Amino acid sequence: MATQDTRSATISVLVENEAGVLARVIGLFSGRGYNIDSLTVAAVDPVLNLSRINIVTSGTDMVIEQIKAQLDRLVPIHKVADLAKGGPYVARELALIKVVCKGADRVEALRLAEAFRARVIDATLESFVFEMTGNTDKLDAFIELMRGLGLAEVSRTGVAAIARGTTTI
Amino acid sequence: MGLRMSQNTQAETSPDQAAGAEILLRALKDQGVEVIFGYPGGAVLPIYDAIFAQNAIRHILVRHEQAAVHAAEGYARSTGKVGVVLVTSGPGATNAVTGLVDALMDSIPIVCLTGQVPTHLIGNDAFQEADTTGITRPATKHNYLVKRSEDLARMVHEAFYVARSGRPGPVVIDLPKDILINKAPYAAAPETPHRSYRPQVEPDAAQIAKAVAQLKSAKRPVIYTGGGVINAGPEASEALRALVRKSGFPCTSTLMGLGAYPAGDPLFLGMLGMHGTYEANLVMHGCDVMLNIGARFDDRVTGRLNAFSPGSKKIHVDIDPSSINKNVPVDIPVVGDAGRVIRAMLAAWDADTTEVDRPAIAAWWKQIDEWRGIDCLKFRQDMTKGAVIKPQHAVQRLYDITRELKAKTGRETFISTEVGQHQMWAAQYFGFDAPNRWLTSGGLGTMGYGLPAAMGVQIAHPDALCIDIAGEASILMNIQEMSTLAQYRLPVKVFILNNQYMGMVRQWQELLHGGRYSESYTAALPDFVKLAESFHGVGLRAKSVDELDDVIRAMIESDRPVIADICVDEKENCFPMIPSGAPHNEMILGPEHGTTLQQGGAKSLTDEGLVLV
Ligand SMILES: Cc1ncc(C[n+]2csc(CCOP(=O)(O)OP(=O)(O)O)c2C)c(N)n1
Ligand SMILES: [Mg+2]
Repeated sequence: MATQDTRSATISVLVENEAGVLARVIGLFSGRGYNIDSLTVAAVDPVLNLSRINIVTSGTDMVIEQIKAQLDRLVPIHKVADLAKGGPYVARELALIKVVCKGADRVEALRLAEAFRARVIDATLESFVFEMTGNTDKLDAFIELMRGLGLAEVSRTGVAAIARGTTTI
Repeated sequence: MGLRMSQNTQAETSPDQAAGAEILLRALKDQGVEVIFGYPGGAVLPIYDAIFAQNAIRHILVRHEQAAVHAAEGYARSTGKVGVVLVTSGPGATNAVTGLVDALMDSIPIVCLTGQVPTHLIGNDAFQEADTTGITRPATKHNYLVKRSEDLARMVHEAFYVARSGRPGPVVIDLPKDILINKAPYAAAPETPHRSYRPQVEPDAAQIAKAVAQLKSAKRPVIYTGGGVINAGPEASEALRALVRKSGFPCTSTLMGLGAYPAGDPLFLGMLGMHGTYEANLVMHGCDVMLNIGARFDDRVTGRLNAFSPGSKKIHVDIDPSSINKNVPVDIPVVGDAGRVIRAMLAAWDADTTEVDRPAIAAWWKQIDEWRGIDCLKFRQDMTKGAVIKPQHAVQRLYDITRELKAKTGRETFISTEVGQHQMWAAQYFGFDAPNRWLTSGGLGTMGYGLPAAMGVQIAHPDALCIDIAGEASILMNIQEMSTLAQYRLPVKVFILNNQYMGMVRQWQELLHGGRYSESYTAALPDFVKLAESFHGVGLRAKSVDELDDVIRAMIESDRPVIADICVDEKENCFPMIPSGAPHNEMILGPEHGTTLQQGGAKSLTDEGLVLV
């Protein structure tokens, strides 16, 4: 039976790649008071004219089931998948992180970036832009560390996710 | 035919190319459209020109675009067909929005064509431009903006498919003016299934078997039905009757579902919910197995959620999976069309050899009859000459007299309502024996719905008696439609229960706000008799109980639009009542049973209850 505990869910949606479809999805979430923790969208199949939207949301089991059902009844939506329900999945996010610092902080930032496997994609004498890919927790941890070292700006893509193994949406 | 309108310019194009407006009308005709409710304007003039040149589709000129949508709702709900609306861009479209949300909430199939500025001006704040698809996105089941002529015919066909399939609803097609003028190709309705929208109508056999087993094990069952049964067509109501009679289980209905099961049948408990009957609500509270068919556990029905039917196993049948487990967790979900589900249940009932626990069911009925015995809808009408008319009595007499009429002449009666106390009295005291005869704004509760809705019904059923049971406040919200009635000689009757107050507002102020009647009294009401006359109709008035029957008879006998101003008791309240946020077993029964609103309210008057509507 459903519990009252809040859980996080990663929902992938295949939609018709047409005008207004993203507005329908976002409007559904704001209109019904659902959370959006992350949302990504891009065309994935030019032949079938499909886009994929990945949404990270949170709520009780009942709310998450409701979100899926509400998404599913939108006319241009082909498929709704709750990734955790379908078995193991991988989720990745990309972040560009600008750190402005000098001296010892600069050395430390670079050292941590190596430990986290963040790549330097731009540098000046007093700044770095790191590119980092990983799951949301890893990105959060790195960004948190940079806070003390001159974190100036962050740009993140939001989560892209896909099932492990041979399973497809 | 209209399709040959501009012969000269057609010469060089293929026969299946025509101006967008003509292609549009051709698609409507192919969809079986017979009537459009609309109002013209600059952006839709090409469509009006195409309408002018043909006879297949009739256009009804309303007096306000909101009324066009409600009229189309009335047409749709009384026929089962898709209602069609045509409005201009900008203010035409925004005026239609209330009607669209109304249709969305009550699952009524509507296709609304809106004019739009030409594609090259979209986004420029052009004259009478509104972001119609943006505004109506949450107001519709789906909407389209036609940006390319080659999409026009396809989108029109698709809009009709979407409007009527699955859980029905309103669909908007926004039509830029250049699309209406430029040549477009015609395409017939596709034979292939829709790419992405394919709602499940056929139920899962295993779920049906589970549901039937659960029902057969019941000792205190109830069948609770809603608007979904009406939407599933008259055959669904037929099947429902068979299921109720086969099982011998008690049946109750939501406001939207009235008529699916005959009101006069002993197995019917009356309406449930906030102003439902005592027996229906106590049965819901005390049942051990609940079968919900095509209802959505709306807050008007459930009362306080955590106290709703605490001990029951719940089976929920709905065509919309998002209705299931939305408010109330259920044990056996069944997705599918109500009619198909009920027929599958009937078959499974016969296939399952388990016997129903008849002694338990008999004991349950004994309990129900005790609850019935208190006669929760009783009221006292003083019959002496000059006595004030009780609104309940007025509805009761209207019902009796229209029933006589039916028995004598076979003439059908359709009832629509506005919103307020009169709406609830209509639901409580007018008995509906057949589906599609009762039209009311349930989900949105739109004052101003009833008159245009009755108009739409009268268009679809020219010989029927179409009555809007109205309040004096609500009727003023779309009163301009009296003019439409005159133009098309539609003999719609407006039966106003005139209590001088926004009675339902006053009732809540009495219950929750210390009887401070802030702005709920309408001073300076019009003289409704003269109002009717100025709109070329007949005005009648009943001031006391001895005048009532004559006024009702005169109203019914008139072949013209009538406003009957029935002056009723100003202080009457609507009972039983479950205040918002109270459980079903905390009903206020009213003065006939020794409880007033104030006494009844005190118990449930918590801050939590106060925030609810
Ligand atoms: C468009 C709209 N505005 C406001 C309301 C809130 N409201 C509900 S009932 C009601 C009073 C209706 O008065 P009347 O038509 O006289 O009916 P009565 O309750 O007196 O029978 C109001 C204002 C509403 N339902 N719809
Ligand atoms: Mg009133």
